[in-house]
Amino acid sequence: MSLGTGIRLSDLIAAICFVLALRGLTGPKTARYGNLLGAGGMTLAIGITFATNGLTHFLLIVGAMVIGIVVAVPAARFVKMTAMPQMVAAFNGVGGGAAALIALATFLRAPAGSLAVYEVVEVLLGVVIGCVSFSGSCIAFAKLQEVMTGRPITYPGQQVWNGIVGVAILGLGIVVCVSSANWLVAIVLVLALAFGVAFVLPVGGADVPVLISLLNSFTGLAVAASGFVLHSVVLVVAGTLVGASGTLLTQMMSRAMGRSLPNILFSAFGSVITATGGAEGNTTRSVRSASAEDVAILLAYANKVIVVPGYGLAVAQAQHTIRELADLLESRGVEVIYAIHPVAGRMPGHMNVLLAEANVPYEQLKEMDEANPEFQSADVALVVGANDVVNPAAKNNPDSPIYGMPILAVDEARNIVFMKRSMRPGFAGIDNDLLFDQKTTLLFGDAKDSLTKVVAAVKAL
Amino acid sequence: MNGGDILSLITVFVLAAFVGFEVIAKVPSTLHTPLMSGTNAIHGVVLVGAMLVLGTASGTSQMVLGFVAVVLATLNVVGGFVVTDRMLEMFKVRKPPKVSAESSAGAPSIEGGPK
Repeated sequence: MSLGTGIRLSDLIAAICFVLALRGLTGPKTARYGNLLGAGGMTLAIGITFATNGLTHFLLIVGAMVIGIVVAVPAARFVKMTAMPQMVAAFNGVGGGAAALIALATFLRAPAGSLAVYEVVEVLLGVVIGCVSFSGSCIAFAKLQEVMTGRPITYPGQQVWNGIVGVAILGLGIVVCVSSANWLVAIVLVLALAFGVAFVLPVGGADVPVLISLLNSFTGLAVAASGFVLHSVVLVVAGTLVGASGTLLTQMMSRAMGRSLPNILFSAFGSVITATGGAEGNTTRSVRSASAEDVAILLAYANKVIVVPGYGLAVAQAQHTIRELADLLESRGVEVIYAIHPVAGRMPGHMNVLLAEANVPYEQLKEMDEANPEFQSADVALVVGANDVVNPAAKNNPDSPIYGMPILAVDEARNIVFMKRSMRPGFAGIDNDLLFDQKTTLLFGDAKDSLTKVVAAVKAL
Repeated sequence: MNGGDILSLITVFVLAAFVGFEVIAKVPSTLHTPLMSGTNAIHGVVLVGAMLVLGTASGTSQMVLGFVAVVLATLNVVGGFVVTDRMLEMFKVRKPPKVSAESSAGAPSIEGGPK
């Protein structure tokens, strides 16, 4: 068997590993095994590349890899669970950047005019998609890391400008195909970077995860394009797999939020605080706030408590404290379940990860469809740091921007306890009428502090 | 590359696209984040391309481009798999702990969290 055949065979095995890895990642039991299989296939594909005919600069390659590993492992190991979304954005962005650089280097290496038109097209696709993914991911990272505002950034004629930049990229691309001028490629590259930024600016913080998923599939396509450039089958296969499955995943995520993808990308959702309720309403309507002791009594003498955890719980790192409270209540004979909205936390599935980390039993976690019928028979719905996902405006106010989003039916519970930092509206910037409801009690403060106080109060009963 | 090669690559591309769509037909929303992270790691295969560019580079500019590409791609692939594994660690099937509420309540939290 020649070396070339060996490389092609191991590429095939790696491709099979990637497909099985994706399949595995779609089920809770097989997910971890799927990820390991993907890593195995990756190791094989990378390892065999060292055997490529005519490959030199081994020290440089290994040196660059060591730098990458030294930065990536600690970053990935020690990042807080709540910061996972921006971590994924960062790792996605650098992948797009790498794909763009590969296409660029291959273009610059070829003697001017020696590339066929379809080869220039491959290069341009790699550069453009890779750059959009890179700069878009940078902005997504900055939004989630709160380096910049999470609110949508809009300016007059935004879509028109984006359209002009898009057309300019396309037009220049066609010129490049004919002339192969290096400086034109540089302009395309800069325009693509600008397009990535402009594309992400109007997307609101709560929607950024969906956007990251979309950028993830972009990077997949950029990798596939660079695979075409380098004639590498394994790059084409893996890149395309990610491009296709990522697109589907993006659609699933936006469906889980009850929104369409174009709506998420272009509507600048949450940029305007809606008039319903308004600032005036806030000052005139009264809310009922209570002490930790009141809440403790309400919880301890209930038969059934449904916990609705939200992002506030995640940022306060209160997942362990809520479990402690739940254990305490259960030891008093209270039935406790957790109702998880599909987009609780900052990413679909994020909350499950956080609660599992705190050893909350899997069977107590109820998905929305399963949880909603339970609220009717619940004595207390304990909403910890969530707001938009329980806002009844999504059900009964057609004027509300979140109208139509599936929500948890907290309003059907006999009592509602909100643990909130302040009266500030949630991510979407919309007032929640439920806060002013007669059966609602508010406990202001950091989720962890509040929960700790309630735990102490329940123990004292 | 001759016309036959580009056609066979396009064939691979189209088939892989179909497989990509089909293979994740149903995903519980719980797994959306890990799946996104896992696919993110898989496109880290771009490292193979970065290695080829750096390994065949001649001249400083080519070497710099290749070097940066290898660093970025390594970040993608290593970071991607480690983050995904960390997320999925949380989903491992564990036996329900049969400890009393008091002892489990007193158990130290795993992370400690900010005070």
